[in-house]
Amino acid sequence: MNQKLPANRAELVFEDFKKPYSEQQARAEANRCLYCYDAPCIQACPTEIDIPTFIRRIANENVEGAAKTIFDSNILGMSCARVCPVETLCVGSCVYNHMDASPIQIGKLQRYATDAAFDAGLSFYEAGEDTGKSVVCIGGGPASLAAAHRLRRFGHKVTIIEKDHYLGGLNTTGIASYKMKADRSLTEVEWLMSIGGIEVRSGISVPDQMSWADLQAEFDAIFVGFGLGEDSLLSLEGADSKGIMGAVDFIAKMKLGMVDLSSVQHAIVIGGGNTALDAVRELKGLGIDNVTLAYRGGEAQMSGYAHEWSEAKREGVSASWRSQPLAFIHNNGKLTGVEFQLMDENKKAIDGQTKTLNADLVLLAIGQGKLGALTSGLTGIEVEKGKIVTDAHGATGAKGVYAGGDCRNGGKEVVNAVAEGDQAAQAMHTFIMGGGSCRT
Amino acid sequence: MPDLTSNTAGIISPNPFWLASAPPTNSGRQIMRAFEAGWGGAVWKTLGQPIQNVSSRFGGIHWRGERAAGFNNVELITDRSLEANFKEMAEVKRLFPKHAVISSLMVETKEEWKEVVKRSIDAGADGIELNFGCPHGMCERGMGSAVGQEPKVNQEITSWVKEYSSIPVLVKLTPNVGDIVPHGLAAQAGGADGVSLINTIKSIIGVDLEKMAPQPVVGNKGSNGGYCGAAVRPIALHMVAALARDPGFNIPISGIGGVTNWRDAVEFIALGSSSVQVCTEVMLRGYRIVEDMIDGLTRFMTEQGYETIDQMVGKAIPAYSEWGDLNINFESVAKIDAEKCIGCNRCMVACHDGAHQCIHPNPDGGLTPVVDESECVGCNLCEIVCPVPDCITMTEVDNGYAATTWNEHMTSGTKIRPKKGSHGYDMP
Repeated sequence: MNQKLPANRAELVFEDFKKPYSEQQARAEANRCLYCYDAPCIQACPTEIDIPTFIRRIANENVEGAAKTIFDSNILGMSCARVCPVETLCVGSCVYNHMDASPIQIGKLQRYATDAAFDAGLSFYEAGEDTGKSVVCIGGGPASLAAAHRLRRFGHKVTIIEKDHYLGGLNTTGIASYKMKADRSLTEVEWLMSIGGIEVRSGISVPDQMSWADLQAEFDAIFVGFGLGEDSLLSLEGADSKGIMGAVDFIAKMKLGMVDLSSVQHAIVIGGGNTALDAVRELKGLGIDNVTLAYRGGEAQMSGYAHEWSEAKREGVSASWRSQPLAFIHNNGKLTGVEFQLMDENKKAIDGQTKTLNADLVLLAIGQGKLGALTSGLTGIEVEKGKIVTDAHGATGAKGVYAGGDCRNGGKEVVNAVAEGDQAAQAMHTFIMGGGSCRT
Repeated sequence: MPDLTSNTAGIISPNPFWLASAPPTNSGRQIMRAFEAGWGGAVWKTLGQPIQNVSSRFGGIHWRGERAAGFNNVELITDRSLEANFKEMAEVKRLFPKHAVISSLMVETKEEWKEVVKRSIDAGADGIELNFGCPHGMCERGMGSAVGQEPKVNQEITSWVKEYSSIPVLVKLTPNVGDIVPHGLAAQAGGADGVSLINTIKSIIGVDLEKMAPQPVVGNKGSNGGYCGAAVRPIALHMVAALARDPGFNIPISGIGGVTNWRDAVEFIALGSSSVQVCTEVMLRGYRIVEDMIDGLTRFMTEQGYETIDQMVGKAIPAYSEWGDLNINFESVAKIDAEKCIGCNRCMVACHDGAHQCIHPNPDGGLTPVVDESECVGCNLCEIVCPVPDCITMTEVDNGYAATTWNEHMTSGTKIRPKKGSHGYDMP
């Protein structure tokens, strides 16, 4: 498994938006923690990291112990420290917010501890005693990695099937580069795989190249963690013009290699979610002067995080609110602008009101293609509103088949994927050790 | 404008803030800089036969981000010649005639005491302080705390010095004794004009876990030193107060031990000190700290209507009672202000694990825990751990019982209130 990235990658121009702590800074911040009992930050974390405990360990100069506390709950704690929207999760729930004091910077402390463990070469965990059982995780993203690691610790033989080349999923290809670059995600993958005994089959897509029946024949239990499909596109006039891309696709290209933006003067990102916000900030960081976020609702209706939008504005991104694309304007197939229908406050079109903005690059961040075809051929599995239906532990309607991550939750954070992968792994362990199997 | 002039056993200084005998008073140059910064007096680094010191000499307790909340040292008395010291002392007095210069002394024989007392007076010192307190090094040579721990020796040497001295004599007491009172009384019996306390507390500041040796490590070994700094203040306050309220003790006190600011100083004065001495806080932050000590004290006195330092000396002593004379029927309970509460639950875990199990999760699921007042013993622990100012207040409860004390209850059978405090309750 060669996971080496090209030396030249567009994302390398980015610096960390949140700088790492020095030892002194970490200890000072850790000493500020109130060490709450039944702390709200734990409750706010999907993986329920015992935050007061790990912070106290940092304060007490037991940084390795702090890292262990984090990894015990979240094996991807190193990347989550960087990519989690802590402002709306742990940090947002810190009790200091109630007294108008600055909340504890939990993400930065978590980064400090987990980076220290990585630097020290500590991986903490060993594979469990061989159970003779064999499981497969489909997809190489955070949900599958968390599931695979937990299953390996239980002693099962684990296989990961990844359709692309790199492991890490969106953690490698989709995270805004000012939060984490692709190489750090691959470092985490390598660290996690050091538990040993996890077989990776890359370049194989399910169910095209390996059918559900094949999987059911080979493994005792299946974890589905293959995320969502490609970017959704718009079938409007001029949609095949050169200069229109899916945002997820664009971000992946930028993170894994070079993108040529030399002729781009005006970029528009269409959408109002977090992918759109990442994309505008990244375009700005890549040196494009005029970056506009176009959204069919108003500022308050955006689903993207307010703290990200406020940073984007500070960085000089402009917005075109209540604007729904009508047509792409082009010159001999090359994009030159976008015509928008203006919308009212209820996202309803206002008759006869349109506007046109110049654009030589448009990124579409209006969601990712839903599942459907991917799960066809697997009896018992149900997909509803683009999400695989599971019980609370991740079990689908197909015997021995579990799911977690974006394909189950419709597209949430890395930390949600880790929580679901870990939880499903525990349910799978109970299932197979109780004699269950998906083998047909 | 209140008058900050201080009079300790006839030693007059423009304010009650003196530098204690320690590294900050090692030389005339330093003391002159201190006086320029605003210090009212200085007790010279103890004079005697010059010694050789070890390195290193200091250690600190660094606690939850605070450097040197406690401090210790294994430094001995002056390492400079008596001649140089007395020459500088005379120069300081010539340039700062209104500031108090106190000559701290530690020698062995009666002849030596006679000589250093005379030379101090000749240099113009306003007073003499006998170092009967040093708990490390010097005591191994029969001086310092070896003297202070023996009331008979203390009294005898004090009487020698009194025989030769025409200026006020303070005896500096060691806290390394079971009860301070007999030692203060011994100094008084020897003729001392006043006492100063506390000297440092015999201590090991920490252990170097790599070298497995006490700190500060000198090469590969460490020795016990003298503990001081903010952490020792409660011990010092008690010892000062124990002497101040003793009916047989009636000479002035110069208070020492963990004074860091004007508020600490007022506490020492309220418990019977006529002046206060500071060392560690100056070692950590410099002479300039006296600026706010003067300003803060002035504002406090103005606000409270005190015109002189003397009006405050011992002001809290009448309220310093034996436990058995406290009103045992006084009752208070904790009240949590839900408006201020931030939901950290520290009161709850502290009460549950460290007190009387009477603070419970909010039954309605709100973030503010609730106090079971029928079980709350009013111990204060929750108020101490609460990070929000004025969120938890201890509120008096009228329980209908007349005020009485344990001693009265034992002697006259007065009625005392029933006990509270859940025992054995488990948090859900």
